Amino acid sequence: MDAQAQIKETVTSNPVVLYMKGSPKFPQCGFSNMATQILDACHAKYVAVDVLADQAIREGIKAYANWPTIPQLYVNGEFVGGSDIMRAMYENGELQTLLSSTGLAK
Amino acid sequence: MLSAQQLESYITQHLACEYIKVSGDDGTHFEAVIVSAAFVGKSMVQQHQQVYAALGDRMRAEIHALSMKTYTPEQWNNKS
Repeated sequence: MDAQAQIKETVTSNPVVLYMKGSPKFPQCGFSNMATQILDACHAKYVAVDVLADQAIREGIKAYANWPTIPQLYVNGEFVGGSDIMRAMYENGELQTLLSSTGLAK
Repeated sequence: MLSAQQLESYITQHLACEYIKVSGDDGTHFEAVIVSAAFVGKSMVQQHQQVYAALGDRMRAEIHALSMKTYTPEQWNNKS
């Protein structure tokens, strides 16, 4: 399976997926760290994919959403945004609403 | 080393901005506030993609991180 197919499989078989640098416990970048903190603040359950562990995924994810940076959040298979957009949506409450729709956040 | 001013001019060459302010002085991490009529009717994702498109390959090669806030002229006027 190539990287694009693998990414599609991951984001469509899990309701909330965060592509990040490092892991939620040990984020390797300030922006990825902020993304995990926002999801935690929403009490969201999510699957985290460490792009540093797989070079093909690291490059592939940039092409997948036509988005050159990491982290990237996917909900129900749709690309939601990077850390700036996650923060803006958290601040105006849209992210909480979106995550509630997955049934995985309070 | 890439300066905030250079980055500002890279963006404005390909995207007409009513207002733009880029800051950051370490050469790789930048923050930008961008107001453009081109953002009208676009989602936040599309607005950021427009800025990334304006930067093209520079986004991969020279810039490690660009944190941005994008506004339409109307949003910007209502904000201030």
